[in-house]
Amino acid sequence: MATEENKSAAAPVAKSGAQSEPQQGFVYLPLIAGWLVPGAGHFLLRKWGRGALLAASILGMFALGLAMHGELKSEVHDILDMLGLAGDLGNGLLYLVSRLAGLGADKVQVTTADYGTRFIVVAGLLNVIAAVDAHNLRTGRKS
Amino acid sequence: MTHFAAVVLFAFFASIVFGITQRETPRGMVRYGAYCFVLFVGSAIALSWIMYLIAR
Repeated sequence: MATEENKSAAAPVAKSGAQSEPQQGFVYLPLIAGWLVPGAGHFLLRKWGRGALLAASILGMFALGLAMHGELKSEVHDILDMLGLAGDLGNGLLYLVSRLAGLGADKVQVTTADYGTRFIVVAGLLNVIAAVDAHNLRTGRKS
Repeated sequence: MTHFAAVVLFAFFASIVFGITQRETPRGMVRYGAYCFVLFVGSAIALSWIMYLIAR
């Protein structure tokens, strides 16, 4: 009984809290912007500190991967290549610009290049996580 | 770059993203980020020793 009262008392507060921050515009914009440019989703939501840290981490990891002569996947031969390409695509414009600029190795030829390839793939996966986090902030699922 | 430096850098960047995305408060983010970093590096060291002992 007391629980029911608590629920009914809390409901209007939650509703008014949600109404105090009206959600306007395209709800998927932070998700798409965050995918294309690391940290951009959080910048759009004025989360400057979080966005800067995410951008620095993802860009740093991607740059280290390239510096280690990591491979940027361009063609798929088997299922593992497909997963690698999916991870690379998570980097958004970073992947596209790097491909166009001819950065990244075509084949892994030194030991560190294998690490570099993983750094690039993981940077893409982390970027997807960050973009989804921006979407959750936008929808109010996270504060 | 040594293997250990690569591990530490990987753990550092991944932990920052995990901390920010998986927790809501700044204090929680720092704590969870540090927790992930220690787990990343600690498990890498532990697994390295296990592989070293198996190989002998």
